[in-house]
Amino acid sequence: MLTALEKQLLNDYQQEFPLTERPFLQIAEALSTREEVVIKAYQQFADQQIISRIGPVITPNHLGASALVAMAVNEEDLETVADLVSSYPNVNHNYERENAVNLWFVLMAEDESRLLDLVAEIEQRSGYNAMRLPMLADFYINLGFQLEWNDAEFG
Amino acid sequence: MMELDVIDRQLIVLTQNGLPLTDQPYHQLAEQLAISADEVMQRFRSMQDQGVIRRIAAVPNHYKLGYGFNGMTVWDVEDAVVDQLGELVAALPFVSHCYQRPRHLPDWPYNLFAMIHAKTAADADTQILRVGEVLEGHVRSHQVLYSSRILKKTGLRIAS
Repeated sequence: MLTALEKQLLNDYQQEFPLTERPFLQIAEALSTREEVVIKAYQQFADQQIISRIGPVITPNHLGASALVAMAVNEEDLETVADLVSSYPNVNHNYERENAVNLWFVLMAEDESRLLDLVAEIEQRSGYNAMRLPMLADFYINLGFQLEWNDAEFG
Repeated sequence: MMELDVIDRQLIVLTQNGLPLTDQPYHQLAEQLAISADEVMQRFRSMQDQGVIRRIAAVPNHYKLGYGFNGMTVWDVEDAVVDQLGELVAALPFVSHCYQRPRHLPDWPYNLFAMIHAKTAADADTQILRVGEVLEGHVRSHQVLYSSRILKKTGLRIAS
């Protein structure tokens, strides 16, 4: 079961983690607790993979080029093609989705021309076409995703 | 697109798996890079101002927090209103990401993507209806794609 403090630590610092000498102390003071309690709680979240990290969130397309890429792969070839795609260090997300277009991944490269080369290479090696779906606009609102709590689920 | 200097790049590489969880995380990074902690914090601030990094944050894992229904909803809406509609959809509290992407006709007519996150199938259905209401009168067709398997997942990364 998550405590009230743990919920605040998860919910309230998704948008802005302090950039100060003692960030965990600043959080502790805001939440009326001690610095070591905050550090220990985040360490446990990280160990349990409740958070993937506390760190910088990189803006897509500011450092090099990236695109969402989608492929419609026959069931019998899916494992092989998925493994091929995942083997590229340039791929940071790769999902199977329940759709005729069933393989979805995010591809990054130094620049647009290298990105196009990689898509072409994946098409050639897999024998399937790939749809390149780069972001044209990012409707980003700085409110963050509001976590909802239902304590029964954390029992 | 932009270039980072060597130290900015090292800072991102050192922290893309997370800041050190110690009382003075920026000092620890400063020691590793042989610069001052003030410079570390200044560089992070400056990368935020330039838009290279969006924020420094605790990044929750939706699956581990009980959100098992993570749907990619895709909509075919008129290009003339996509900006205005995208802003409205992005403001919904259960939408984590909302993007305009190019269509691939004839197979793929969808130009607006919104990620929703729910704990139950019923909640997910309610959320999708809500997005539909926001887009009312502008939707030609839509689909929802749930992930059946995560084959690979790391944060957005840069090479070291």
